[in-house]
Amino acid sequence: MGLKRQEVCDPEMLKEVQKQLRLNLRLWGTTPDAAKMLLSTYSSQAKHLEELMTRTLKLGESNSALILAARGVGKSALVNIILENLASSGTLGEGVVVRLSGLLQTDDRLALKEITCQLRLENATANKVFGSFAENLAFLLESLRSGSKETSKPVIFLLDEFDLFCHHHNQTLLYNLFDVAQSAQAPICVIGLTCRLDVIELLEKRVKSRFSHRQIHLFSEEKFEPQYVNTIKLLLSLPETFLHKSFVKTWNAQIDDLMKADDVLRVTKRLYDTTHDIRALKTLLLLCVSQLNADRPKLTPDMFTAAQPIMRAEAKTNMLQGLSILQLCLIIAMKHLTMIYEGEPFNFEMVFHEYLKFSQRKSTMQSFERPVVFKAFDQLKCLELVRPVDNTRGIQREYQLVQMMITPLQVMDSLNQLPGIPTDVQQWATCSFA
Amino acid sequence: MEDIIAETHAKRIPCRGRQISFLASILGETFAPFPPSISPFLPCTVPSSNNNYTSYASCDNLGDFTRHVREIAKERGDPRMAIVLERSERLRDCDANILPVLCRLQELTQDVNIVVILCSTLPVDKFRASTGFMEPIAFHFPQYTKDELVRILVTRRVTDYSEEFYTNYVNLVLSVFYHATKSLPELKHLVQLNFKVYCEPIEKGEATDTDIKKLWRNIEPHLKKAMSSVYLREVSSSQFERMQSLVSESTTSGDLPQLQPQMKLTGTTKIELPFYSKFLLISAYLASYNPARTDRRFFMKHHGKQRKTQAMIKAKERSSNQLVGPKPFPLERLMAIFYSIIEDKVSPTANVFSQISTLVTLRLVTQIGGEDQLDAPKYKCAVPLDFIRGIARTVGFDIVRYLYDYA
Ligand SMILES: Nc1ncnc2c1ncn2[C@@H]1O[C@H](COP(=O)(O)OP(=O)(O)OP(=O)(O)O)[C@@H](O)[C@H]1O
Ligand SMILES: [Mg+2]
Repeated sequence: MGLKRQEVCDPEMLKEVQKQLRLNLRLWGTTPDAAKMLLSTYSSQAKHLEELMTRTLKLGESNSALILAARGVGKSALVNIILENLASSGTLGEGVVVRLSGLLQTDDRLALKEITCQLRLENATANKVFGSFAENLAFLLESLRSGSKETSKPVIFLLDEFDLFCHHHNQTLLYNLFDVAQSAQAPICVIGLTCRLDVIELLEKRVKSRFSHRQIHLFSEEKFEPQYVNTIKLLLSLPETFLHKSFVKTWNAQIDDLMKADDVLRVTKRLYDTTHDIRALKTLLLLCVSQLNADRPKLTPDMFTAAQPIMRAEAKTNMLQGLSILQLCLIIAMKHLTMIYEGEPFNFEMVFHEYLKFSQRKSTMQSFERPVVFKAFDQLKCLELVRPVDNTRGIQREYQLVQMMITPLQVMDSLNQLPGIPTDVQQWATCSFA
Repeated sequence: MEDIIAETHAKRIPCRGRQISFLASILGETFAPFPPSISPFLPCTVPSSNNNYTSYASCDNLGDFTRHVREIAKERGDPRMAIVLERSERLRDCDANILPVLCRLQELTQDVNIVVILCSTLPVDKFRASTGFMEPIAFHFPQYTKDELVRILVTRRVTDYSEEFYTNYVNLVLSVFYHATKSLPELKHLVQLNFKVYCEPIEKGEATDTDIKKLWRNIEPHLKKAMSSVYLREVSSSQFERMQSLVSESTTSGDLPQLQPQMKLTGTTKIELPFYSKFLLISAYLASYNPARTDRRFFMKHHGKQRKTQAMIKAKERSSNQLVGPKPFPLERLMAIFYSIIEDKVSPTANVFSQISTLVTLRLVTQIGGEDQLDAPKYKCAVPLDFIRGIARTVGFDIVRYLYDYA
């Protein structure tokens, strides 16, 4: 044990460990070990996808498919791993990969520009004017033909956030891509990635009829134990290729031990119960790993318990903590109004009236003039603790109807946690009659 | 390495040691990959980084933007990069894809080592709405405590007076303002602005720096003034300073003369109106805040007595017109009230109607509807009670007697 500690304490080594773990925990990209795991988790889907792409690349067949799954369960990762494997095995060869994202290419004109750019055909199209979208796309694909008519560079189109492309005007891009694929005008493989399981419903009829209806679902049969726990272990482990080979075993054994600790299991199970998004897990683990330092060179269960509150910070309490007493008074006044009017909206005048009733009755609190109170109220609006319900222009701001964005219960919970609130304000908050 | 960063910054930015070391540890070693996005949520105070951003290129869509980022990374040999966005909640008002793209910038630039830091006074749940939004690592910068505020304000002082003397002063300012605001910029401004006045008795040789009581008596009225002027931005800081120096020049006995009337504004700017316009505005106010059925009572000479019961007072309280705001009224009602309160003094040359439209142009009265022929316009008075009382006073009209809520 003494020897192990020594090894960890070495600052140089710790630096390397941190660096490797941060690589493991990157939200994008997948380490080779994680890639292996992903391929085995989704082995049948991976095989299917690989086959589709290979047929386009090798045989010049055209295909289309949709990959459907929840967020952060490995859609992009799986496609990228497969493409890397195809590239390293030489299958990709002359083939070109065009990556589009519904977040970036928000209309078909932008999408076409991006395709041109990724196919490196800007020069070829520079002085051309096209009659239609289809003509333009056809020209681009035509340009990829080399020498003989029969050999054309195959193209793999990846459409991330596929559902967003469905909102483009007339779904022109989708129509044309599926049309090319269906009529085998050129060897292309169109792969859409989306988290909307009902995405087929978004396709127009003429688009739908050209789509192959190949849908690949990535469900994981993953249970918390052993799969999820294994993923955690993998993400926190050092690979065989790690610089200090002798240390790999020691560290990984520590991780195995760590994953038996009750606190660690509790914290991670809780996350597993709320989301299967691996990125959330990676974030949690990153928050643990970032606590490593020369004095604490080993991951410990208390690092997990410390990381958990950051993941789900009580935003509302945090916000109230920053408010001045005057602003808190207004929150309390609004809490009373919310209860009196049973959630109906109210305006500044009513809040001010409640506040006056309190501040005139209780003499300990410094009482503020109306414009000062209005400024405090306005700041609550900026913090979106208060929201206007109608935005009719021309209405005086004092009379604009608003609603409070926190519930009376949340107000009370937060007040109880805040230090330094004068007793009479506390009492005013608790009394049921304002 | 990160400890060193944390330490040097902790000196520059006091009372944020914990947040700085958290950020440093999250961002990690110089060569480690960055996490993709972080959202520190800072109520009111932002430790900002002042880089000289010069524009590299302009781009009108996010696809181009990511391409540029990728090129920059390649040109500069793939350094770690960070984008810091202050007031990032404003991005919600831009195209829906901006926030998701920023959160996923690492993925979309295909692994450029870049971190996006979104600073905001709002918590993350206010950002969630759009598709593809990725949860950033969120952490909260708590508002400074009172002690921390004092410490920061004292460290930032520029004066030859002793720390103890200045600490006393800062505490005095906080005793007036702390209940109204905890905002450091706001308090810093007030502390700086009033210090000269605070020291004045000493400079004049009327007090020593240990006469705290005397100094307090001298500064207190100034601070109260500042609350209803500078703090509300009704006068600019330079105006306020000028006022203070005017005041102190004329101070001999120690009590303050009234400020110049044009500088002492309360809520609304003073406007000079013609005689009839004043009465029209008063009529508009009465029409907006009194129930129409009570017009008889207020504006007829002989309307018979009405006795108030306890129940009526209660009912009034509940639906007080002052609380719900002005109600719209038709032109005829305005004219009826106008003629009854002006008591036959209208000269036939007064163009009453054009004066009404002037009031609308000045936004003292709002017009509702009336764009087409069929639909007669209605009006609403748009000035607060204090304002109309001021106007009524200038024409010797006791408006409160005619208000349903007060009569
Ligand atoms: N089963 C898994 N095992 C290990 N790592 C995984 C697994 N699933 C996902 N990951 C990792 O999680 C991260 C996020 O995955 P990915 O980007 O593929 O999500 P996605 O399904 O494309 O999500 P989105 O819909 O938001 O685009 C990647 O770094 C990936 O390596
Ligand atoms: Mg993805």
